[in-house]
Amino acid sequence: MAETPRLWKFHGGLKLDSRTSRATTEPIAVAPVPSRLVLPLSQHIGQPAEPVVAVGDRVLRGQPVARPRGYVGAKVHASSSGQVVEIGLHPVPHPSGLSAPCIVIETDGADQRWDGYEPMPNYASMSAPDLRARVRAAGVVGLGGAAFPTAVKLGAGAGLKLLILNGAECEPYICCDDMLMRQRPEEIIAGAQVLMHTLEIEQCAVAVEADMPEAAAAMEEARKRLGEDRIQVVSVPALYPEGGERQLIKVLTGEEVPAGGVPPDIGYLCHNVGTAAAVGRAVLAGEPLISRVVTVTGAGVASPRNVEVRLGTAVADLIAAAGGYTEQARHLLMGGAMMGFPLPDDSVPVTKAMNCVVVASAEEIRPRKPALPCIRCGECAGACPARLLPQQLYWHARAGELDRLDEYHLFDCIECGCCDVACPSQLPLTQYFRYAKTELWARERDRERSDVARQRFEARNARLEADKAARRKKLDEKTRALKKTEGDREARQQLIDDVLKKARARKSGEDADTGGDSA
Amino acid sequence: MIAAVSVVAGLAAFFGLALGFAAVRFRQEEDPVVERIDQLLPQTQCGQCGYPGCRPYAEAIAAGDADINRCPPGGEATIHSLADLLDREPKPLDPERGEEKPRTVAVIREDLCIGCTLCIQACPVDAILGAGKQMHTVIESECTGCELCVEPCPVDCIDMVPEAVTIRTWKWPRPAATPRASEA
Repeated sequence: MAETPRLWKFHGGLKLDSRTSRATTEPIAVAPVPSRLVLPLSQHIGQPAEPVVAVGDRVLRGQPVARPRGYVGAKVHASSSGQVVEIGLHPVPHPSGLSAPCIVIETDGADQRWDGYEPMPNYASMSAPDLRARVRAAGVVGLGGAAFPTAVKLGAGAGLKLLILNGAECEPYICCDDMLMRQRPEEIIAGAQVLMHTLEIEQCAVAVEADMPEAAAAMEEARKRLGEDRIQVVSVPALYPEGGERQLIKVLTGEEVPAGGVPPDIGYLCHNVGTAAAVGRAVLAGEPLISRVVTVTGAGVASPRNVEVRLGTAVADLIAAAGGYTEQARHLLMGGAMMGFPLPDDSVPVTKAMNCVVVASAEEIRPRKPALPCIRCGECAGACPARLLPQQLYWHARAGELDRLDEYHLFDCIECGCCDVACPSQLPLTQYFRYAKTELWARERDRERSDVARQRFEARNARLEADKAARRKKLDEKTRALKKTEGDREARQQLIDDVLKKARARKSGEDADTGGDSA
Repeated sequence: MIAAVSVVAGLAAFFGLALGFAAVRFRQEEDPVVERIDQLLPQTQCGQCGYPGCRPYAEAIAAGDADINRCPPGGEATIHSLADLLDREPKPLDPERGEEKPRTVAVIREDLCIGCTLCIQACPVDAILGAGKQMHTVIESECTGCELCVEPCPVDCIDMVPEAVTIRTWKWPRPAATPRASEA
């Protein structure tokens, strides 16, 4: 059984009903390859990827179809073989409900594999840059939901103390990591070994929440079977939002990641268990990230379960793989009960960041009660795992004093929603913080643009000034030349004739040009 | 007595020289207040404030000739920042100057453009590309939406269109107003 070394506690947090039992009774199902795949170019944090295929191209399963545009970016691969039929705007799973550029592939059913990536079973003799390059080429991103490019995280540098595999499920309803640990623990361990070699870390902790004993047991058993004693399976108490990287590090080590910093600053690196498995597959089997496990649950689904699905499959097909809708289906959400957002409809594709789809009944999501005034009780501050003062943030955001929010560390807010639940006045605190963050980002973008505009305006003015000065100088010279000829009528006439001749020559040249145009 | 007088006179001469040197050596080329005001203005360069660009307006504010509520593109947010910087009371936008509108960009209907270059000359940020008797086009990423090119166009082929919202520029909506203690 999992060992329990000394654990710490993070500030705030909530004890929530995990609501996962329904979806963990069935093993992971494999969804069939759909006839149409819609692959968004932006499935990760960073710049959207750039297509490397054209409409009409035939692609194979695992073939890259888009490449990253910057360092922080990820490749996109064809999830099955077929033909590229369109590159254009399609609705994507995003809180805005907007469309974004996607590559659409009509599959041919052959599911033929592309052999561009050699398996690297002897990874232990390979260098870290080569392995990082493979992880980057395979398009692996964090599968816990944030979708940060994994290769960028692997460039954290040497001297890290501990690799943490995050198996603490983020929030109620989500259980894809739980099922992955129960059913495919070897894959996770293999991925952890690759990660430890790449990062030159000698120790790894797999954190599993106390309410998933089966997952912890499966991981421990696989670890023993593989004779891997550098990895330790740690059972951590179930408290939301422990799946948050910073909270988990606090629980395991007692140390805090500094505000504005990242875990490697204090010697730790955190990866989701699903990400570790994807890294293992990319390196050991040469398989890029083309599928993931998604929890499909809620009272609106006939048989709630976890489904392994090809990226780009429509959510409707995903739900069909879990038995389809029931009569109770009312709301469609992506993500868990705390941080999830409604999807406009079920035509949007499954992306790398999609860990859970909830089809909720009317009873599962009750409408928010009307908000009451803030009574400054401080419950929110007590619940905040980032140790912020939500009431102060709310006060300033409400008053439109967004400039002051930085003083209260708005950007350390992880939008977990604990303060919303704790608030006795039912204030939509998290929504205020999300609004303030995107508003401040927009202002930052405006500022950058105005700096560019200022430069261009000044450059233009300088150019106009220089032109004017040059013209004045020329005119002065001519006047002076004219003045020199004073008294000498012939020379003066000669000068005037010269100028007239030049002007005439220029004019006839222009006429010839226009004549050429109209001909 | 003489010693004291000469010491004081010496000190006075020394500090006079030092100050004189500092005044020349460390002279402030620009008025820092103008610089800071200019930083807050949106750099649309539209001239709606009545000055030929954002910087002249910044200079006018610093000199006390112009009020802080004359910038429609900056709107309320800019008025607030200016009020903060200058320690004045924010006031509503001067309606004579125009109204706050969502940001737009100029788009040239290229099949109508006759290549007269008038819009190119009007553009304060060189965001229009073209040459005489050649079709012109707006570099969308550089356009500030100042509308100065619309008026000079002899064939009215320039439209101001609102900027499309993408996933990257989308903003979470502001929550519906929540009650205050005094209103409850």
